[in-house]
This record gives sequence, structure tokens and C-alpha cells, in this order.
Amino acid sequence: MPILEQYAKVAGVDVIQHLRQLSEPLKGMRLVHINSTREGGGVAEILYKMVPLMRELGIDASWEVITGEPDYYVCTKSFHNGMQGAKVQIPQKLLRVYERTNAEAAEALAQRLHEAQVVLVHDPQPAAMIRNSGNRNALWIWRCHIDVSRPFRPTWAYLRSFVADYDASVFSLPAFAQPLPHPVYIIPPSIDPLHEKNIELAIEEVQSVCDRFEIDVSRPLIVQVSRYDRFKDPLGVVQAYKLAKRFIPSLQLVLAGGGAADDPEGEMVLSEVRAAASDDRDIHVLLLPSDAHRTINAIQRAADIVLQKSLREGFGLTVTEAMWKRKPVVGGDTGGIRIQVINHHTGFLVETPEGAALRIRYLYHHRDLMLEMGEKARRLVRDYFLVTRHLREYLAMILALLHGEEERVVLK
Amino acid sequence: MAEEPPVPPFNVKDCSLVALATGKRALDLRELRDNIQFISPDSIYYHFWGTKMRPSFEDPDYHNDFATWAHRSLHDKTLAERLSMLDPTGYTTLEDLRRDLLEVIDERLDEIEQPTWVGRDRQFEFIRAQIVVFSTHLVVQHPREFAELMPTLSAGSVFYHFIDARRRNKGGVDDFENWLESWSAAAAAAPAGPPPFEDLRMRIRHIDPFFSSLTDLRAELAAAFRQHVRKSEHAHT
Repeated sequence: MPILEQYAKVAGVDVIQHLRQLSEPLKGMRLVHINSTREGGGVAEILYKMVPLMRELGIDASWEVITGEPDYYVCTKSFHNGMQGAKVQIPQKLLRVYERTNAEAAEALAQRLHEAQVVLVHDPQPAAMIRNSGNRNALWIWRCHIDVSRPFRPTWAYLRSFVADYDASVFSLPAFAQPLPHPVYIIPPSIDPLHEKNIELAIEEVQSVCDRFEIDVSRPLIVQVSRYDRFKDPLGVVQAYKLAKRFIPSLQLVLAGGGAADDPEGEMVLSEVRAAASDDRDIHVLLLPSDAHRTINAIQRAADIVLQKSLREGFGLTVTEAMWKRKPVVGGDTGGIRIQVINHHTGFLVETPEGAALRIRYLYHHRDLMLEMGEKARRLVRDYFLVTRHLREYLAMILALLHGEEERVVLK
Repeated sequence: MAEEPPVPPFNVKDCSLVALATGKRALDLRELRDNIQFISPDSIYYHFWGTKMRPSFEDPDYHNDFATWAHRSLHDKTLAERLSMLDPTGYTTLEDLRRDLLEVIDERLDEIEQPTWVGRDRQFEFIRAQIVVFSTHLVVQHPREFAELMPTLSAGSVFYHFIDARRRNKGGVDDFENWLESWSAAAAAAPAGPPPFEDLRMRIRHIDPFFSSLTDLRAELAAAFRQHVRKSEHAHT
């Protein structure tokens, strides 16, 4: 089945029709996406579908990946941490590797870049390619997927020297946007409803996953899916669970997160969570591999309520995933969670474990409301947070840029 | 029945809004006020009308971003209520709206000792939008066609023709009323009874977008056109 038809089934025929109309003037346009990995991570996940969608709309879209030696990845990992506020010191030697890798990539892709009309560069890894590309006839757009609201200034200053050369930038939330000498677009991220993380699962599969982890689906279940990180406040979630359990004795809690091989703090947090949970067989602390998509999917679907009690959060796509599965979310009042969790409609925003416990109690007391909120949550994601909306905004942005910086662009 | 005069058809368009950061932010009421004074009118437009194109549900507490911020971040319910009463449909220009917005804020600044300061994660972010307008290729020859067609229009089409139109059309009218006025004007040139579609035009004029979502507005518009068609059919039987 053509990919547009697949998305029409989940997002709506009208959404696809909208995309067709918007992309009409862009048919045949050569657009190149550039990032640093084809496997793993949110960017690859979205490009995996967005590129075929663009192609089916008639855009000549391609996806190129920049690769380098180990020092290149050490450098870009430092960029990632620095942009999120860590005070990283990056030796000049690594910066030279970064620049050289980008120059070599630009040379290797010279023909492709020369022919392109739009180049969409994702995150810092390939950001310096613009310096070495001879083709400045194309529109160069830098798409930042990271929370850059409080960057370590020297890191950002270095990267900004490249980003400033672009024709436009895109950030996920207004708070992430940095001052730049070109238009700065705000386009929130999205989920792919056809990804294994989000597709419908048979009830038997959900049951099987729960059986594997000794989760009783006949009893109340709350879940938080996040890596073991202090900002996700897993200890706060345990506390909320314990408070709520006084009133809902059969309540269970699942905390499910990825491994922390290169994250010593993550290991420490995981130990603390295990210690806090050790006296309660109804708390399941799961350490899952990063590609355990169907397992995570099943666990979210088994839940009555999903928590994302973050103290700080970027956009919070785990919230979007839960909402897509018709789950009300009790979330921390921070970051992108605020634009997804609408109090009394798709869940509740809370500040404290006590607040979370209260809302958990409330929802179990109003089961019909829980279902109603779940339906609203799904509708909100369908209308605003699917990859089809993401694509629509990219198309609108490109059209707007091609018409100069006019406030109103009227297509013939 | 008098022959209805010809009028150019109604070309149904759709639109997509793309948001841009202005780089302006406010941590307290005074900063909000100072930014509002000089911000692009597009930003004021976005923070009033752009809410219709963003995730929301029925019965939001407040009806523009300034009021919502006053309530949620400044915890100033008095200010939030006053700001929420600013109805953009009551203004022919954004500059007039800006003026009254500043007036409400200045009044509140006079009343309070010290503006509340919020943390960075609660600052007000001034956004503006670009609107990309495109054709749906739907062409409506006669108002009666909207009785069937209106429920199928996208939210973007409703926004463009019912909300955005007020910025484009003389007198701040929407595109549907504007088109129906053309029918009246054409009929005036060939007198044969009362202006056609006058009732329908008045009914549409009285549809208040302030509290309604785009879905609700579409339903109200559809109901107006359907009622008109029913009345016309009844008058001719």
C-alpha cells in the first residue's frame, strides 16, 4: 500500500489531501536531509518515514548521513551535552576533527549538494558542512532537535558560528530558540503512528509482555517510561505510587527505561530506584534495551495512566506516545509536556509526588473520565503531533522561505 | 422567481500557519508591556487568533495567550480576566487592539506594587506566524452549495475564510459575508425584490468566533447555510 494511504488511515484522508495541496508547488524540488545516523534516535526515526512521504508527494527527497572517526563522535557528543547545559571543555584537536569531517562530507556530497534546492541539516553533527559547500543557491535550513534553552555558552558560540550562515533554523519549542540572523521557525517534533513503538498491538501480545514481567493486567496499573535520570524524577514517581496505593491497595507501578552504559549517573539513579522499590512486589523496575519498541508499546498499552513526572523535560515524546495510545497522562509541569497535557482534558500537570498521587486517585475514582481523557488525548495527537503535521509545517516553511520573508504567502 | 444575478464564484482556499520566534521574551508584566508596545502586529495577531490553530479544547479558561500567561505564570487572575475580555473581532485594526492591550496592562501596573517575576521556564515567548495560503481547487458558484460543502471544509479553510478574512476585507468582515454582500450588490443593480441572502448574511455576521473552536464555527456556518436552503425550498413549494 502506498505510504500516503497508510497514513491516511491513521491521520485522516483530509490531512493527506492537505499535504498533497501544499506540496503541489514543490513537485520535483530536490531536497537533501543530512544527519549523522540512519539507525537509532529520534531524528532517524522520523526521517525514515518523512523522506518516503516527501517522495510520494513528488518531492525529490534524499537522505545523506555523515560519518567520521571515533574522535568526531566524541566531539559531537560533547556538543550535545554542551548544548543542553553541561560545562564541557572540548579540546581544539577535536574541533579540528569535527571541521575536517564536515569538510570531507561536503566534498563527498558535492554533486548532490550542488543539485539541491533545499538542504535540511539536522542537529550539530553536520552543521559545519555549509562552510564547505559551494552551493549557496540552495536554501540551507538547520533543524535543531535538542533542548537548547540553556546551552553552555562557549559550545553554542562555536556552533553558532556555522549556524548563522544558514538561511533559516528550526527549533522544537519557543524556549529552545536562540537569537540568529535569519528566520527562526518553531516546529514541534512528532511521533510516527506506524512505528513499532506506536502501532496497534493485539491484546494477546500486550498480555504476553505483561506476563513476562509478572504484571497483572487485571489490576490497576500506572507506568512511567523514561531513562533513569534525576530530571525524570523516578523516585518522585515511586513516592506518588506509594501515596496513591494507600487508597488503591491493588495498584501496580512499572518504571521502564533504557540502559545506562555510558551514563554513571544513570546507574546511580537506577540503584536508588531499585532500593526504593525493593520492599514492594507491585513495583516493577525494568531495564530495557533501547530498541525494545514493541515491549514499551505493550507496557504503555497495558497501563491505565501514564506518568511523565519530569522536573525538566525537552519536548517529551513519551507523553505523545502514551496519548496516542489513549492514556491520560499525569505529567510534570515543564517543557513540552505543558503543550500536550491539558488539565482535565488529556491529563493533569503536577508539581509534586503528592499532586501526582492525588490525580491518580482522582482518575481511578472517575473511570469514565479516564476513558474520555484517553480519547481526547489520542485526538490531540492525531491533529497536532503526528509526522504528517511535522511534514506539513516543513512544507509550509519551505514555501514561505522560497517567497522571501513575507508574512503572507499566497500560492497560485 | 426572479433570476439571481451572476457573481464571481467563491474560490475555497486553505492555509497553514508556521510559527517563528521573534526572540522577544518577558519575565514579568513590565517586560510584557514593553515588548507589546513595539512588537510586530503579526505577533499580536498570533497571540490572539493563532490560538484557534493550536492544540486546545472546549471552554479554555482564557482566550488569548496574554491572558493565559497572566493566569498560569503570573498567577494574576484579575489581570487574566481583564485581558481575556479583549475581543479581537471588536477591532478594525491591530494597532487599536495593541492600544487597548497596553491600556489594560498599564492599569494593572498602576495597581500593583511590584510586578511578579517568573522563572525562565515560564517566560512569555513572543511568536509571530507566516500564513501560507493555497487553493483547494473547490469553486462554489452559488451560496446554496455551502449547505453540503461546509461540513467538509478543513479547519484551515475555516480559519482563512472566517477569521483571517477579517484582516483582509474592508470593514473587517469574513469572506462568506463578503461574498454574500456581492450578491446583494449585484441584485441592487437589477432591482427585483429584497437583497438576496440578507437573512443568511446577518446570521453569519452574528456568529461569534470568540468562544468557538474552528470545528464549532464550521458547524455553525453549515447550520446557517442549511437553514437558508431549507427556507428557500419551503418558500418555493
